[in-house]
Amino acid sequence: MVNAPKISPKAARGVDLRRRNQAHINDNPLMPPIVNGKAVFELESGKYLKTWQGPQHPGITGNMSLELVICGDEIVECKTHVGYLHRGFEKLLERRKYIQCFPVVCRIAVPEPDFNEYLFAETLESLSGIQIPEKAQWIRTMQLEMARLASFFMWLGGQGGAFGMETQGQWTVTMRDYLLDRFEELTGHRIYHMYMLPGGVRSDLPEGFLGRLRDTLDTCQTTLDDVERTMFHNAVFKMRAKGLGVINPAIVEEFGITGPNARAAGFARDLRKDEPYGVYPQLDFAVITRTDSDAYARAEVRLEEMYQGISLLRQICDRMPKDGPFFTPLPNVLHWQVPKGFIYTKAECTRGEYGYYLESDGSDKPRRLYVRGPSYTHAVSLMEHLSIGCNIADTAGLMVSLHTYPPEVER
Amino acid sequence: MSLRDIVQPFTVWKRALDKPYTSLKPLEERPGAPRYRGFHINNTAKCIGCGTCETICQNEAIDLVAVLGQKTKHGDSGLRPQIDYGRCCWCALCVDMCPTSSLGMSNEYVWIETDPEKYRFVPGVDDKSWNDCELGYRRSEGYDLLTAKRVEMPMLPFAESQKSFVEMVQGYSKEQAMKEADRCIECGLCIATCPAHMNVPAYIAAIRKDEVEEGLRIVYEANPLPASCGRICSHACEYVCAMKHRGEALSIRWLKRYIVDQIYAMDYKKVLKTAEPDNGKTIAIIGSGPGGLAAAYYLRMLGYGVTIYDSKDKAGGMLRYGIPEYRLPYDQIDKDINWLKELGVSINQSVRIGRDISFEQLHRDNDALFFSTGLGKPFGLEIPGDDLPGVKDGLKVLEDVTNGVDADLGDSVVVVGGGNVAMDAARTSRRFNAAVTILYRRRIEDMPADVEEVHESQGEGCVIRAQAIPLRVEKGTTKRLRLVWGKADMVTDGKGGRPVPVLIPGSEEVIECDTVVAAIGQGAEYEFIPQDIAAKLQFNKGNVVVNEFKQTGDPKVFAGGDIVNPKKDAISGIANGHSAAKGIDIWLTNFKDKA
Repeated sequence: MVNAPKISPKAARGVDLRRRNQAHINDNPLMPPIVNGKAVFELESGKYLKTWQGPQHPGITGNMSLELVICGDEIVECKTHVGYLHRGFEKLLERRKYIQCFPVVCRIAVPEPDFNEYLFAETLESLSGIQIPEKAQWIRTMQLEMARLASFFMWLGGQGGAFGMETQGQWTVTMRDYLLDRFEELTGHRIYHMYMLPGGVRSDLPEGFLGRLRDTLDTCQTTLDDVERTMFHNAVFKMRAKGLGVINPAIVEEFGITGPNARAAGFARDLRKDEPYGVYPQLDFAVITRTDSDAYARAEVRLEEMYQGISLLRQICDRMPKDGPFFTPLPNVLHWQVPKGFIYTKAECTRGEYGYYLESDGSDKPRRLYVRGPSYTHAVSLMEHLSIGCNIADTAGLMVSLHTYPPEVER
Repeated sequence: MSLRDIVQPFTVWKRALDKPYTSLKPLEERPGAPRYRGFHINNTAKCIGCGTCETICQNEAIDLVAVLGQKTKHGDSGLRPQIDYGRCCWCALCVDMCPTSSLGMSNEYVWIETDPEKYRFVPGVDDKSWNDCELGYRRSEGYDLLTAKRVEMPMLPFAESQKSFVEMVQGYSKEQAMKEADRCIECGLCIATCPAHMNVPAYIAAIRKDEVEEGLRIVYEANPLPASCGRICSHACEYVCAMKHRGEALSIRWLKRYIVDQIYAMDYKKVLKTAEPDNGKTIAIIGSGPGGLAAAYYLRMLGYGVTIYDSKDKAGGMLRYGIPEYRLPYDQIDKDINWLKELGVSINQSVRIGRDISFEQLHRDNDALFFSTGLGKPFGLEIPGDDLPGVKDGLKVLEDVTNGVDADLGDSVVVVGGGNVAMDAARTSRRFNAAVTILYRRRIEDMPADVEEVHESQGEGCVIRAQAIPLRVEKGTTKRLRLVWGKADMVTDGKGGRPVPVLIPGSEEVIECDTVVAAIGQGAEYEFIPQDIAAKLQFNKGNVVVNEFKQTGDPKVFAGGDIVNPKKDAISGIANGHSAAKGIDIWLTNFKDKA
């Protein structure tokens, strides 16, 4: 695009701040044309600047980087780069006995490891035909909801921080830590819980645990009220988040978008309802949706799901079975051979559909374990797509609004 | 967007005066949760160094190392886990898998060191502030990755078993055996403890994989009498099995039996290795008990011409004549022995050394000589009246039953003794419908007999009178005999020695019975050894003194079995036979010509 007119950064910013999406770029004569979803431009023309955001950058959710081409301060092209956090988990698992895998899988998504623990256990149980006791089902569902809440609290801080609101982040990370206190009490660790394992869970609830969990939930709810008031009804947040990163409902299927990102686009999609697992069929909740499909709508969905999570946890506290086993004996784990076959199980994590594919050749180690995290789509292809036309100052906010975890992209 | 959206954010200030969320470490301590997975602790007195923690650690952070002051003994490798905190991920699988539950975790999580090497330490041995920590992660009740309970062995009920000589233990089915084999944690303490060092985890693994033929090959590497040993072995392995600390030991003996039971004797040729070509050297073996048979097998496998000389009608020694059929059926002994014969071992029955053939002749005509003649001379009761008709010795009773001779036991029998021969004699008498009383000088828990034997004797209706000392035998009035016995008190010497039974004066009681069976032990006979050779041998308390290869003072003469080892069981005899075979081969190949 040698002949493309020069635009000043100021002019570029002059383009309607509210409607920064790809469709708009095509109408803007100052920006390069989009062909097949990609901007066509000549980097050497002097109108464009290539810059990197990340891997060391507070606006990037974890160890990832964005290779940005900007025109003025609007993004013309975004390439995502992963590989900074590749630990080869899937390969590591192929060399471990089944029971030795369970301390590894939790590391695949650091802020909410429990979905990995759950899905790994679930795949093995389904493939081996192991039934877990009812109490284990309740404890597992509780743990998953606690993880959801803890993970959203971390996201909430990030989302506020990305738009310059750092106060709420301090509150929410504290709330997360209060939840981690409960995790520590229940599982023995704060981050990598290693509590759910094939056959059930490792131990019963500690004495008086549910009471303390309720107290924590009350504290969390009060803080959420404050966050809603000061962040969601904040002019800065509204101005920057509304209209940012609009996901066209038409591309939801095409990109394989799930979770709050899809629900904010009007899709009432939730595996807890659609393909229920654990004790979700016995709990009372509705799928939360929005239609604006922008960063603000996504944030609203997540906030409401946090309130919903608190409600679910309270329901679980009320109905948790008092007695009964929490673990089903397994074959000797040193020689445990899982029957030949394959299985794909999925669960609704905070970011969408989280899936585990396990292929067993009948030996004592998994032949292949493939982890399909929603971040893979959201952080790579969707991010590349949505960044085009985005103001560079909003990249961080956009990325956080997709709620992605790089460790899950790379496994 | 409204005015509210501009004003409302300022309400963040209402939290400005909240108490800070953070704590002031190190001014304020924050202990870990009661089940926190913190730094490791290990109760080294409870730990048996089985290495299961090392096996399960997915980070390979654990190594079993020798530590000062910890000695290797039966059931304890003497090693202790060393943990590398550069690798550990605190998943606590080691704690979950620890069969003794000696390994745990404290709730301590702060440790500051300048030297990174220090983070590799031996919990419980290295002095750490958390060593006595009560809190921290422990495996909880109701959660177990190992199976503590053994698969129950189908047995004849006592009401049935005491009626006949049908084998009481019926053996595992395939499903049962595989399930039992699945419990093994492959620590190998059994290998170290077995006198013959059988590779137990390997043959158990073969059962798990349903490869019984491979299992039989592994068994024969260290034991050529598995059909017999799978039934009557004294199973030292099971006493040290790591799983015993969690619940019940593996049924190692019966798993071995399962392997042998799956393969017909006629298929042995297809499964097992056959002997190497003859090397032209000949070995004479005296006695066809476990020691003699084992030596014969391993020598034959090396290509030696082996001839066994045995005084009885049939081979097997004590296996056949000292163990009743309900514990070890004769066809199972035959199964073991026939394979030896098929390999080319020749057995000369009913040949008594010194009477039918001389020791010197065997010594002269063969390249080496192994004798394992066992303990055939029973000890008498040494009380007044022990020569009355009706006073018999246990071994004779058992031998008569084997030979089909009427043992003339009568309606009531008193067995004196607490060893396996006493139990066998008592239970055999029950099978002839006699009322049986067992008298033993010490307490029941002091009995040298296997615990199962004592339990089964009682189950079959034998009455055990413990702390009972026989005083004299008289002619009876209503029955053939009258045994007078007195009660004993267990007196300790105060120095931690074994308590000694001391007769309580005036506590005499009387039992009327038809037969008194003395089963209080037996000794060896060495009359068949000529003076000049006997002079070269050394004896210690009735045992022949040998070196580690079972070689006696005469380099050409090797010995094994009950006359050599203090354990006096079949598997030790087999182990002696095996090492003697190795010794003979080494000596003949390397040293004989130089001697």
